[in-house]
Amino acid sequence: MLGWELPPHNSGGLGIACYQLCKALSKKGADIEFVLPYTADYSSINFMRVNPAHPQDVRAVMQSGIAYDSWKYIKANGEIEYVDLFGQSAMYEEAVGRVVEAGSFDIIHAHDWLTCRAGLRAKMLTGKPLIVHLHSVESDRSGQIGGGNPLVREIEGLALLIADRIIAVSEHTKKAIIREYGIPADKIEVVHNCFDPDNLIPESGDNAYAYLHQLKQEGYRIVASVGRLTVQKGLPNLLHAFREVVAREPKTLLLMVGSGEQRNELIQLSADLGIGQNVVFADFQRGKRYRDAYAIADLFVMPSVSEPFGLVALEAIGYGTPILVSRQSGVAEVINNCLKVDFWDIQQMANQITAVIQNDVLRDELHANSYKEYDRLSWDDSAEKLWHIYSHHSVKVAA
Amino acid sequence: MSKAIVLYLHVHQPYRVRHYTIFDTGVRHDYFDAPYDDRESNERIVHKVAEKSYLPTNRHLLELLQEHPEFKISMSITGTVLEQLERWSPEALQSFKDLVATGRVEIVGETYHHSLAFFYSRAEFEAQVAMHREKIEQLFGQTPKVFRNTELAYNNDLAYWADKAGYKGILAEGWDKVLDWRSPNFVYRPAYTDNIRLLMKNYRLSDDIAFRFGDRNWAGWPLTADKFRHWLDNTHDASVFNLFMDYETFGEHQWHESGIFDFLRHLPKEWLKTQGNAFMTVSEAIDSFDAVDQIDTPQTITWADTERDLSAWLGNNMQVSSILSLYDLEEPIVKTGDLQLIEDWRRLQTSDHFYYMCTKWFSDGDIHAYFSPYETPYDAFIAFTNAYHDLRSRLIQKGVEL
Repeated sequence: MLGWELPPHNSGGLGIACYQLCKALSKKGADIEFVLPYTADYSSINFMRVNPAHPQDVRAVMQSGIAYDSWKYIKANGEIEYVDLFGQSAMYEEAVGRVVEAGSFDIIHAHDWLTCRAGLRAKMLTGKPLIVHLHSVESDRSGQIGGGNPLVREIEGLALLIADRIIAVSEHTKKAIIREYGIPADKIEVVHNCFDPDNLIPESGDNAYAYLHQLKQEGYRIVASVGRLTVQKGLPNLLHAFREVVAREPKTLLLMVGSGEQRNELIQLSADLGIGQNVVFADFQRGKRYRDAYAIADLFVMPSVSEPFGLVALEAIGYGTPILVSRQSGVAEVINNCLKVDFWDIQQMANQITAVIQNDVLRDELHANSYKEYDRLSWDDSAEKLWHIYSHHSVKVAA
Repeated sequence: MSKAIVLYLHVHQPYRVRHYTIFDTGVRHDYFDAPYDDRESNERIVHKVAEKSYLPTNRHLLELLQEHPEFKISMSITGTVLEQLERWSPEALQSFKDLVATGRVEIVGETYHHSLAFFYSRAEFEAQVAMHREKIEQLFGQTPKVFRNTELAYNNDLAYWADKAGYKGILAEGWDKVLDWRSPNFVYRPAYTDNIRLLMKNYRLSDDIAFRFGDRNWAGWPLTADKFRHWLDNTHDASVFNLFMDYETFGEHQWHESGIFDFLRHLPKEWLKTQGNAFMTVSEAIDSFDAVDQIDTPQTITWADTERDLSAWLGNNMQVSSILSLYDLEEPIVKTGDLQLIEDWRRLQTSDHFYYMCTKWFSDGDIHAYFSPYETPYDAFIAFTNAYHDLRSRLIQKGVEL
């Protein structure tokens, strides 16, 4: 299994999804070696082997920053080098090449474009079947159809062509793969991401957002959004919609948790729209402050322009909050009892948010019913599908 | 001993609320005027149903009435559908008038707006029943003698009311829990009443036609008129077979391709082959047979779902709070004397609005979804609530304090 990150050293949903999926797969009897591009202690993971793939002559690779920044490579001779994302991907490829020559396995399973070069090299060297698992497509990340970095598109496209099988995390992503790269639909299997209710860390103590809690006592209602502040997430539309909400319900606050390159632009925009006092930018958070953001809210909004899945929406339900998600998201395929909106439809977004703010019965009914759906979700179902695909390809190889 | 089929068809269309948003509330009052191509367009739906169901079915029914002097049917038609036919499908309305003109079609009374007013306001309920009676008299020259409440929602109170109001009969679901060991195939007397009689739907036979007819996995498929007659002829201890169903069964719920019209065309001829078999309207059935027992119904029953209660309309808090808020406006709205405002308020009382908000089986996506013009029950609630707030805003603009 070739992956780019695992929690707690993760920057988003990819690491969490890999972790949960491997855990469920191991219950089915899968013997997994998870190969990471950086050095970290994962001795607490007992359901698979986690190893860093160090390039030749490199002693340790240190992640830095919260997202996709340059990493620190500490060489055997003590020298230090900083390498950017493309460099990392190439270093990882080389390192994985040496790992596969040493070990024995039946399937190569590569997650997202960053591991694609390594996946291709592994397939080339061993002839084993390659499964490319896409948690997002470059056009999703750029927020534009046909868009994104051409170098990334080239790697992604090539891997999709050569892969024996492609896994997409949603129908939405499957469609994007077909649209962007002309891959035949029958080569792509949808295995929805999931969220195990058992893994939800329960709330504890008083909510970390004490002031928001106090305002709620005074009749305020809170709308929350959690995620990177980046073009893919469609947040300017949410701010425009929120202005219409505040115009009708002044006692409403929008809590935005996350950071990203759009941060300053969004702060400026909320001021320009005259709702600066109603929008709270809480920055990137982990742990209790991350969980409490969901819990304090009356409605969670995920207005993404393109969202391959959207685990945050499931977490919101887990913490007692109903969701409004864009139709351009994978999670809209697994949860029926939620509000859905086209990411560009600012009026409808405002209409739906206002309705929830004004009607506690709507809020409570939405949540109670979505929670029933959420409670039935299990990574085991996703692992079952994958196991089936593994078996199919292993048999073919043996024969 | 003769046996009669009592075929009763219910015709109804609501005024669906369009995609009415918070930007419309207080600004525009056209809740029911969706653009023609929208899912909630009443005009488009009336055109479609008239073409697929009303016109072809009435053509068959008229032919049958002309061919068989023994053939008789009963119908109820709500005020809201009659208005929409007058406006958008006069030819369909005429085809109903042609049926009634044969003298062998009885119209059953109900609320004009297909509402649940009986359970919320007796005054409003009686006003709507009177409106419906006048509309039927005006269009069909008939005065209803038998009553049915919206969704066949029925209990002892309703029977008591209908008895006092002078109806000779009332319709209800033949639900096992009420009938106990008894059969729906007889005429009954409601408890605590003097003169009125009760006809109870034989839901097994009715649903064979209304729901199962086109189901190829059903053991009874394909259902032919001949087979159906055999089932009924072999039911010896019976005087009436109360086949109650939505009119839209013919051509809309069961498509033309299912053979439903062939079944309808052959039913009278087949049924009348057996000596003593008859068709009766609801009044004739009540006049022809004595009540065999009395039926006590303290709890409200309906003809919906496996629960046979009101939970499809009032099962969640969105539904309950919507209907309570709406009836809270009764006094101030009626007091204004503003006929347009009162009419818009009444159109919002139509039970369908609350049905669209039903979440019971939404996760599994089933029959309820098919009948709803909204993507989710929550969208139905939002459109309704925005319209409700507009009613309030109109009242406030008139200087009414709420």
